[in-house]
Amino acid sequence: MNRPERTDHPDVILCPDGPMLLRGDHVVQDEDGQQHRTSRPVSAVCRCGESMIPPWCDGTHKVLSQHCRR
Amino acid sequence: MLTPQARGPLSDRVLAAMRDGATAHLVQVPEAEVAEDAQLTLWALYEQHYRGFDDVPAALEWDPHLIAVRRHLEEDFERILRDRTPPAPHAEPFAETFFAYIADHDGPSVAAHVQRAATSEQVRELLRHRSIYHLKESDHTTWAIPRLSDPVKAAVMELQFDEYGCGDPDRLHAHLFALGLEASGLRREYGSYVDDAPVEILEQNNAMSLFGLNRRLRAASLGFLAAFEATSSTPSRRMAQGLDRLGFPTAMIDYYLEHVEADAVHEQLAVRTICGVLLQEEPDLLEDVYFGAWTSMDLEDRYAERMLQEWAA
Repeated sequence: MNRPERTDHPDVILCPDGPMLLRGDHVVQDEDGQQHRTSRPVSAVCRCGESMIPPWCDGTHKVLSQHCRR
Repeated sequence: MLTPQARGPLSDRVLAAMRDGATAHLVQVPEAEVAEDAQLTLWALYEQHYRGFDDVPAALEWDPHLIAVRRHLEEDFERILRDRTPPAPHAEPFAETFFAYIADHDGPSVAAHVQRAATSEQVRELLRHRSIYHLKESDHTTWAIPRLSDPVKAAVMELQFDEYGCGDPDRLHAHLFALGLEASGLRREYGSYVDDAPVEILEQNNAMSLFGLNRRLRAASLGFLAAFEATSSTPSRRMAQGLDRLGFPTAMIDYYLEHVEADAVHEQLAVRTICGVLLQEEPDLLEDVYFGAWTSMDLEDRYAERMLQEWAA
């Protein structure tokens, strides 16, 4: 087994073709100035702009990227 | 919960032995006549390691005769599941390949039926079936945790902590489902509806326990988790819309709305920080990750095919 001594544990992860993961407590301000407090150990912020539960991701980006691949 | 109704000679014999504690004669057990006889027996034997049965002595959890029957049944079941599984894709990077593998899988959808056309009675039947798993939601993944390296263990805990309500019992997913059942006029007690569960539901639950309880199958357990989470957000939204269309209570709808949001996080964690890191450490586990993932999707397809056929009749 090849394991590094320290494991990466970033506060923010930008998922390719997916959401932005936020670790910990944050207040996210949306495009309309509304503020949304995170409530999970990790939260996923929509980056495709098509989520039905903004500012959070609802997986809609997968439908978009599937259309792009076909 | 009491032991379920037997579904054939094997489950009849094993369940009776569990109730009366006389297990030595189980060195010779009848063969299961039908798959659901074997699956119900296996389900009951696995249940000993969750919360168990009120009419079975707790000391039987590690009874060697019962464990021997379980081993025999789970070896058969694992062989069946592996025979159903196609070869894994090996393309890099893993996360994008995995998400594409899930997206390209085209199976029948119970949630789409609920969203558009199901009757209240069909949905109530579905909720009774789902209750077998949802009332112990995520527990099978917890079995895998002590079998993992530190980085993967921490990553699984990050996800599981959310599943378990971040320490708040009123946010624990299994509890949210119990509240939804109760509000819908269904029984919320753990295991209430196992006698109603078709063989496909027993297979789903048994696959989760098989992967969770066997250290050598830890990668299949995490692959199952990843596929389960990655096929949850959109169906959960459809379920919520269907429940709303049929006038189901808010508590039941809220359970599914919670999964729209939570599982959009969990799918990223399960694929990237859990399976991705596991495979960096142990690349040879790739086949088992996909074995678990395929099993998750395939067993749901089998359940959906059965129910959509029954409901169309």
